[in-house]
Amino acid sequence: MRELKILAVVVFFSLLTYYLVEPYAHHEMHKKVDAQGNEIKTESHGFIYDGTADIVEAERAGDASKLAAKEAFWADVAKVAKLEGNAAAGEAGFGLCMGCHNGANMNMGGVIPPNLDHAGAIYDKDYLIALIKDPAMASNVDHKYADTMMHPMGSIKSMMTDDQQIADVVAYILENKAGEVTPKEAYMEACMRCHAVRYGKLTQLGETPVFKHEKEALAYKIKVIDEQDAVKAYMGKLPPDLSMIIRARSEHFMETFIENPQSQLAGTSMPRVGLSHEGYEKVKAYLTEVGDPSKEKREAIGPIVIGFFILFSLLALLWKKSQWRDLH
Amino acid sequence: MAHFEKANSLNEWLDQRLAINTLKRVLNTEYWIPKDINFLWAMGMVLAATFGMLVISGIFLLMYYKPDTNLAFDSVNYTIMSEVGYGWLWRHIHGVGASIVFLIIYIHMFTGIYYGSYKKGRELIWLSGMGLFVAFSAEAFSGYMLPWGQMSYWAGMVITNLFSGGSLEAYGLVEWIRGDYVPGDAFLTRFFMLHVLLLPLVIIGLIVLHFGTLRIPHVNNQEGAEIDFKEAADLWKAGKKKESKVIPFSPVFLSKDVFVMGVYFILFFYLVFYNFNFAMDPVNFDPADGLKTPAHIYPEWYFLWSYEILRPFGKDAGLIAFGIAQAALFFLPFIDRSPNVAPAHKRGLFQVWFWVLLIDMIALTALGKLPPTDPTFALLGKISAWTFLALGPILVVITMFEKKIEKGA
Repeated sequence: MRELKILAVVVFFSLLTYYLVEPYAHHEMHKKVDAQGNEIKTESHGFIYDGTADIVEAERAGDASKLAAKEAFWADVAKVAKLEGNAAAGEAGFGLCMGCHNGANMNMGGVIPPNLDHAGAIYDKDYLIALIKDPAMASNVDHKYADTMMHPMGSIKSMMTDDQQIADVVAYILENKAGEVTPKEAYMEACMRCHAVRYGKLTQLGETPVFKHEKEALAYKIKVIDEQDAVKAYMGKLPPDLSMIIRARSEHFMETFIENPQSQLAGTSMPRVGLSHEGYEKVKAYLTEVGDPSKEKREAIGPIVIGFFILFSLLALLWKKSQWRDLH
Repeated sequence: MAHFEKANSLNEWLDQRLAINTLKRVLNTEYWIPKDINFLWAMGMVLAATFGMLVISGIFLLMYYKPDTNLAFDSVNYTIMSEVGYGWLWRHIHGVGASIVFLIIYIHMFTGIYYGSYKKGRELIWLSGMGLFVAFSAEAFSGYMLPWGQMSYWAGMVITNLFSGGSLEAYGLVEWIRGDYVPGDAFLTRFFMLHVLLLPLVIIGLIVLHFGTLRIPHVNNQEGAEIDFKEAADLWKAGKKKESKVIPFSPVFLSKDVFVMGVYFILFFYLVFYNFNFAMDPVNFDPADGLKTPAHIYPEWYFLWSYEILRPFGKDAGLIAFGIAQAALFFLPFIDRSPNVAPAHKRGLFQVWFWVLLIDMIALTALGKLPPTDPTFALLGKISAWTFLALGPILVVITMFEKKIEKGA
């Protein structure tokens, strides 16, 4: 009885220390506070893109004209979303996209335009509408293009101005550019153009081929460095390698960051990715596979090892009891 | 050379050459342990087992780890975690073990303080134990550098910066320790050597000494009772097990040790398989970047209390306070002036002192990680640090007036 009391005291103080050093300290450390000292709660919106986060942000910044622009933009997006899109009619409009989104791996003003083969399966509908309407506003990096630069995809704004046409193109993408997508494909389409994953042998140019001769491998390496330089010049710095990101950032951080990078890193040139919930799960699955590859094995072996020690302890208890039986 | 008879068994053969029967008797079957002790006394064996796990897993990691600033991070996070069969298991055992070993050390230390196991006759047990604590701290710190993540780098930067306090700056001590102006390759390779060779040797030596110091004064017991071990052992040997106050280490106490270790390993492997993250700071999964300071720099949890004693003060005063905090516990057997070897709950004011110490160290640990930019936390940190520094002199005073407890009362 006395030993159980002592055990309870030991467990209590151990858990108290753990609580203070881990959950509590991390909560206090990553508290976001605005200029007035109020705590900002960045919450995941479940991958719904209706501009809430952007509007709150503009409000917080106290910029009236920005706020009005954001509100008007997302109201427009909502209006287009209500239109019935015609996929067949959208095919012609999608032709405009193909000029850049053709899988040719050509850098266009800083980045390689993504391949849209599975865009319908991984991106959110409202986000796609917003993106065609105004790429900088949709990806919440308009601050970056406020003065002299134009978003590399900005030209689409002048080419596709009719709301019905946008609705048609988006309907076409959702219908014809979807299909089954593997986690790796989802990652490659959504993130790869900026972020390498060296543990997955992915660079900004895609999967690194196996070369027979060192000369070819080196030539390829130079191509990768050139591409990285272009991305670096465009983004301000080379976006981090994501090999270990699944371990380096919390679940909550990943979610809110992908939904709206500004929420975690104000002023960043990282654009909103615009993934739908399914798209996010796919990307997360790939990053987990690369960054935490032992997950399956852990779950397979864990119960066996723990089971062994439970059995071990039971036998040890019997041995102890037999040894101590006639001592008191 | 002595005369050797023909041996009739392997045991006899070995006994003639190694005296293994004597060894077995002295170290096991007639190494007497008081009967009146609880599971907290099994922490020594738990520590030995954990150290064993750390050595074995460390040897496996050592086969693939690359002590080079360009390769270190990937050798740990990719080669060992993805390419080496069960590399992830060794790494998780090593990572969890490194953290949990300190939890057990602290439990072991507080057990010693609570029951007065450092007092007259047992000073060397305490001193060699404190030596082990310091050696383990150095071992843990040097090991934390090796994955070369963001926190490795910046913790290394901050801790070595301590040695630029006061006039030390002039001697270029920091640069001498680092082998460079900032942590770099020289820093990594020398910490690698310390971690895998020199410090483990020191630890093994100290463990042997720590065990040795137990042999004559014997292990303390729950009541702090003075036992005539010879008399009690004779009773045991005469078969009067109930009357005897002692038990042999093997197999009687060992059976309890083994049971406690079994339960401990359930927890240990639960952490290894299902909660290894508790021991690994996420920041350390970002590769070291000398140009990007993390928002918060803090040591591993087991160093937080001494880090917090350093933090509220200016650089030089902080260094002194930190030095005092590191050394203070060594002096425990000499500043406790009380005549009693007894558990804290029988020692009046000492009991209050004990709980204040425990709670103060937990408070320091928590505050060491909390952002000091918050004025409340900064104030609490200062109060806790001063409380710790004051506890030493207070102990001298309260134990000077402690009355002798009448034994057997």
